[in-house]
Amino acid sequence: MKKVLMINQSWCKGCGICAAFCPKGALEIVDDKVQRKEGTECILCGQCELRCPDYAIYIDENEGDTDQWAKSY
Amino acid sequence: MTVDTGDVSVKTKNMSNLIYKYMRPEHLPQIWCPGCGNGIIMRDIAQAIENLGLSRNSTVIVSGIGCSARAAGYMDFNTIHTTHGRAIAFATGIKLANPSLEVIVVTGDGDISAIGGNHLIHAARRNIGLTVVVMNNNIYGMTGGQYSPTTPTGAFGTTAPYGNLDRSFDIAGLAYGAGASYAARGSAYHVQQTTTLIQEGIKHRGFSIIDVASICPTYYGRKNKKGSAVDMLKWQRDNSVTVDQAAKMSQEELKGKLVIGLLHQVNYPEFTYAYDQLIRRLFEEREENE
Amino acid sequence: MGKVVLMQGNEACVEGALVAGMRLFAGYPITPSTEIAEISAVRLPQEGGKFIQMEDEIASMACAIGGSVAGVKSMTATSGPGFSLKQENLGYAALAEIPLVVVDVQRMGPSTGMPTSPSQGDMMMARWGTHGDHPVIALCPSSVKETYDLIIRAFNLSERYRTPVLFMMDEIIGHLREGMELPELEEVEVIDRKTVKYPEPKRLPYHIKKGKLVPEMAPFGMGQRYNMTGLIHDESGFPTNSNEEAEKLIDRLMHKVSDNYADIVKCEQVGMDDADVAIFCYGGTMRAASSAMDEARKAGIKCGIFRPITIWPFPEKELLEAAKHVKRIIVAEHNYGQMVLEVERVVKDACRIDFLGRYNGTVITPDDLLAKIREEK
Ligand SMILES: Cc1ncc(C[n+]2csc(CCOP(=O)(O)OP(=O)(O)O)c2C)c(N)n1
Ligand code: SF4
Ligand code: SF4
Ligand code: SF4
Repeated sequence: MKKVLMINQSWCKGCGICAAFCPKGALEIVDDKVQRKEGTECILCGQCELRCPDYAIYIDENEGDTDQWAKSY
Repeated sequence: MTVDTGDVSVKTKNMSNLIYKYMRPEHLPQIWCPGCGNGIIMRDIAQAIENLGLSRNSTVIVSGIGCSARAAGYMDFNTIHTTHGRAIAFATGIKLANPSLEVIVVTGDGDISAIGGNHLIHAARRNIGLTVVVMNNNIYGMTGGQYSPTTPTGAFGTTAPYGNLDRSFDIAGLAYGAGASYAARGSAYHVQQTTTLIQEGIKHRGFSIIDVASICPTYYGRKNKKGSAVDMLKWQRDNSVTVDQAAKMSQEELKGKLVIGLLHQVNYPEFTYAYDQLIRRLFEEREENE
Repeated sequence: MGKVVLMQGNEACVEGALVAGMRLFAGYPITPSTEIAEISAVRLPQEGGKFIQMEDEIASMACAIGGSVAGVKSMTATSGPGFSLKQENLGYAALAEIPLVVVDVQRMGPSTGMPTSPSQGDMMMARWGTHGDHPVIALCPSSVKETYDLIIRAFNLSERYRTPVLFMMDEIIGHLREGMELPELEEVEVIDRKTVKYPEPKRLPYHIKKGKLVPEMAPFGMGQRYNMTGLIHDESGFPTNSNEEAEKLIDRLMHKVSDNYADIVKCEQVGMDDADVAIFCYGGTMRAASSAMDEARKAGIKCGIFRPITIWPFPEKELLEAAKHVKRIIVAEHNYGQMVLEVERVVKDACRIDFLGRYNGTVITPDDLLAKIREEK
């Protein structure tokens, strides 16, 4: 089972909470939407998921086609 | 880089298992402002329910009126959005009618301690088995930023343009004083601790209250120059002390601090349980007399 | 024949309610309704039901609504000051379509008024007390026996139409003691709300089956997870800002009562076949009216009585018909003039309308009425 970071931008309100509390600085807000920051590492700690008020970012466990998700983060 | 799921229909799972299971995704995202602490606390409640393995069908969410009260509509349980301040009184009827239901009240500081203050103290005194989660943002959010009973003295609101003259309520302390058998305080920042406190509150047999410091960047934040949602969460992180730490601190040192943790827990017969015992006793007495 | 017992009006209210299936009572003491709470406190646990004394009338109303939402027939009882406090949640129950019975044993007001004096001063509050447009069913008993029978009907109507039913007693009826015959329980008709048979989370909780005006109701906990709100909602139970949906909802709420006028509205007409003068009375003024009618008839005046049993919706069809056959209607009520406004609205100039009101804490006597009957022009 592989863990992946998922972002649902349509629910993101760009508050920046996830980015501010990410221990790795792996997120940034661009045009009021969160995205992964180029050249950083995500350690899948889930801190962002815990504090996102809009459930727009989360860690998923993907059993099947891991590649698709792995690519996407 | 990211999975931009766009406007995916609700059937597609574009959310965590927790949200998928316990929320009503067709109504998400919430009407709450960007960075509003309520979403974080609502997730804490879902996580606590997941940890306890409660059945959604036998769990009831009761709310009053306010930004916080809109939580009921988003949560996939038996939900009832009632009138301003009266959530606890509605919840009392539900619990009394069917004590096997797990009844959770989600409320705001104005809802529970201003207009609903009377119901709060009496439900606490009665020790009826409700779990009350307060999304305490120190202001009336829904009506646009008027001061509430938890607005600190000197803080600003649209109806406190020169600074609030009132002293503020400590809601958890108030409930404890009124007889609540479980009282705790959490915060939007302290997700895991707050989830555990809610979880233990639900498990507790009797009246439990978890007063959770929320954040309202839109009104409280702006009116009081508290910065962004991020700044307000950082303030919670940097100014919280645990109950144990607080026990070793002086009143002076505790000024301006948020004391987090379990404040009080005692065991005392739960109201609907006591009532069922009473009914049983009457039935037995009648049988003996027949 | 059933057992004959001596009962007080307030006691008959509780005993009838128990027969109707009331198993939860939430109240707050207030004269002259207090006996209803006291007797409920004794009787409910004996029947496996529950009584709770709440912290105020707002809470009592909310608690009774909560009980009903969880599937238990619930009641609350109060008097004027408490009835005022219940109004906001009364509107909630009307909008969210929650069956329950609210008893108001009226006393003289306004404000604390004269707590132990009879009055019928809350009749218009029953109709218009809560804000916004909403349907109302209100019943008005005029004897102990009728209190017993009518409270059962109040529950039945509330269950059938998913709406709060107001039970407008007054101090006279509440504290009156009369001998009455208890009905055989098998003969009593008890109606239970239509509940959802096959609950599924995606069912629309306010969906109306074809040809029906009232949605089936699922008690909380039975497997249908849905949302209830006091906001304007669509059939999904979730709030909507759609003006069309708002209008549709208000229309349906109004129609579920008005379209069932014949089932809901009842009145009693005594001696009206040949009457020239009709006394319009309800509740506590009925006894004086009966004596006055007898006296008047002895004196050769053809007097009759028109008495609404359902006061809201107002029995306008029957009254208009009756008005066409009499010369005068004397409206007798213990207030400054409330239902007389309805009588005027309905009767217009079909016949002459006279008013006899009492608002000083005393009651209208047969002599008062006789004098009014004899009054020329
Ligand atoms: C009886 C009544 N009075 C006033 C209002 C208006 N009102 C709606 S929400 C609210 C305050 C809510 O404040 P709080 O409970 O702190 O919730 P928040 O919006 O901050 O989450 C008020 C005064 C109302 N809806 N009903
Ligand atoms: S999972 Fe942890 S490291 Fe990865 S983005 Fe979220 S907070 Fe940052
Ligand atoms: S916390 Fe959530 S809503 Fe806020 S920026 Fe991050 S993903 Fe978006
Ligand atoms: S006004 Fe405040 S409490 Fe209401 S949604 Fe916005 S941030 Fe949250």
